[in-house]
Amino acid sequence: MKFTPHTPEDIQYLLQKIGVKDVASLFDSIPEELKLRNPLNLPPAFSELEASVELKRLADKNLGTDRLICFAGGGAYDHYIPPVIDAIISRPEFYTAYTPYQAEVSQGTLQVIYEFQSLICRLFEMEVANASMYDCASALAETVHMARDITSRHKILISGTINPRYREVVATYATGLNVPIQTLPYTADLTTDLKALNDAIDNDTAAVLIQHPNFFGYLEPVREIVQTAHEKGALFVCAVDPISLGIITPPGAYNADIAVAEGQCLGIPLYFGGPYLGIFTAQKKYIRHMPGRIAARTTDITGKIGYVLALQTREQHIRRERATSNICTNQALCALIATIYLTWAGREGIKEIAKQCCAKTHYIADAIKHIPGFTLLSDRKFVREFTVKTPVPAREIVKSGIESGILSGVDLGNFNPEWNHWLLITATEKRTRAELDRYIDFLKTFSA
Amino acid sequence: MSSIPADLKYTKTHEWVRVEGDIATIGITDFAQKELSDIVYVEITALGKTVKQTETIGFIEAVKATSDIYAPVSGEVIEANAQINKKEGDAPAMVNRDPYGMGWLCKIKISNPAELSTLLDQEAYTNLVQRSQHH
Repeated sequence: MKFTPHTPEDIQYLLQKIGVKDVASLFDSIPEELKLRNPLNLPPAFSELEASVELKRLADKNLGTDRLICFAGGGAYDHYIPPVIDAIISRPEFYTAYTPYQAEVSQGTLQVIYEFQSLICRLFEMEVANASMYDCASALAETVHMARDITSRHKILISGTINPRYREVVATYATGLNVPIQTLPYTADLTTDLKALNDAIDNDTAAVLIQHPNFFGYLEPVREIVQTAHEKGALFVCAVDPISLGIITPPGAYNADIAVAEGQCLGIPLYFGGPYLGIFTAQKKYIRHMPGRIAARTTDITGKIGYVLALQTREQHIRRERATSNICTNQALCALIATIYLTWAGREGIKEIAKQCCAKTHYIADAIKHIPGFTLLSDRKFVREFTVKTPVPAREIVKSGIESGILSGVDLGNFNPEWNHWLLITATEKRTRAELDRYIDFLKTFSA
Repeated sequence: MSSIPADLKYTKTHEWVRVEGDIATIGITDFAQKELSDIVYVEITALGKTVKQTETIGFIEAVKATSDIYAPVSGEVIEANAQINKKEGDAPAMVNRDPYGMGWLCKIKISNPAELSTLLDQEAYTNLVQRSQHH
């Protein structure tokens, strides 16, 4: 197949073949007043060299984590990315392929998806995983459809300790469905208020949605929450952090019905916000209610292993107007990155990365305790992130940090004015001891 | 031509009903299974629930389409055919092979016997199928 554009001769040939005078007459059915009569208002064409210089100039306006020492997380983390990822994803078979609609001819892509699902199931200890979603927020929103579909109930309880951006996406999806979403308050130690959960849950509750570790970094009392949800016949849905699963109990082990996650931390660069990777897992009995698609391994009539799209029933092919979800693409390249990352790290590697994040974040937290004016907001356990109360608005610390080459954390005032003095701090395995100490010294300059 | 037994009642949505006492056994007709082709999965979502006539009680998934199953009569859905989704073999295909026998789908405890008179008999359903085939 040629990828060159059509020549004037090609155009003449095509027009002649269909019996049309010129290209303009192909648009005769469009009313004259709707047609654009002037050329588009664009600057003159650039040469390739000029374009790349201009793009570089624009890109350099970004202050990325290559130039700032990053202590900010909140769902997107600055992890080390091994070069093997770029080497493999740059192969054109992977890099240029779109969603594998022609399943049988995309064996490599399908195998990758199958391996991705298998690795995710193992890490989460869940029975089934789909072939990826857009990001954690949309994956969480899809669970609302699914829980209602499974339980034939209507109400959704969502913890106030879930990332506010995720909650916004869930609320947006729910608006169209007329689903009442009730937000559960959090206690003084920044975890879900169990009493409020007990009061709110009833026989019309389809699901309880929790993030663990939660947005503020702390571990939720998941076992109590799952028990409360199941006693009332509601599903328990959990958004988790894949790296944390190196050292904390995975969602399958505490009986999550559905577990979702943001997969950016598995080898995907920060990329100014996307594309990211939504991970979606469930218990096997819910497989036919899952959105998206699932790849499977089979054997052909000669006994050779082959990979197929086994379930894609929620989309346009089979369920059509009955589909509970119309999500019909997947993040194949990002899922490939996560697959390579998990394979590269291995079981021990993920543990080691999680341990390092945990140790380094605790090192900062222990030091902060002794800086006058700063207070840790909770005594609860945390894995890789925690929230601190700052003596000046967190915004000022972030602004000043950028001038000092430090991304100080996430200013939670961006999400809620009551959190103006709250700073969410993380440290990945990339941070050196010298960087941690430099950061602590920097925070000391705000000491009250 | 599809088989349409004389001793059953039918719906316009291609379910059949066999009434024994106050229990209605329900399946899909031979015509319906042929239209759907290879059936791969059946789920009775309303098991244990009380439903009204024409309400959705489950769905049936074939290779190329998914169809809802509608309650031919009001009542409590008391049993689903457990054999159909057994793990071993191609159990859902029983609906294709034996739609009026082994391939039955579920049982409803009838709450309003008067509704039975609204169902189609063999002749009326035969006419319906013939009209459908002409389209």
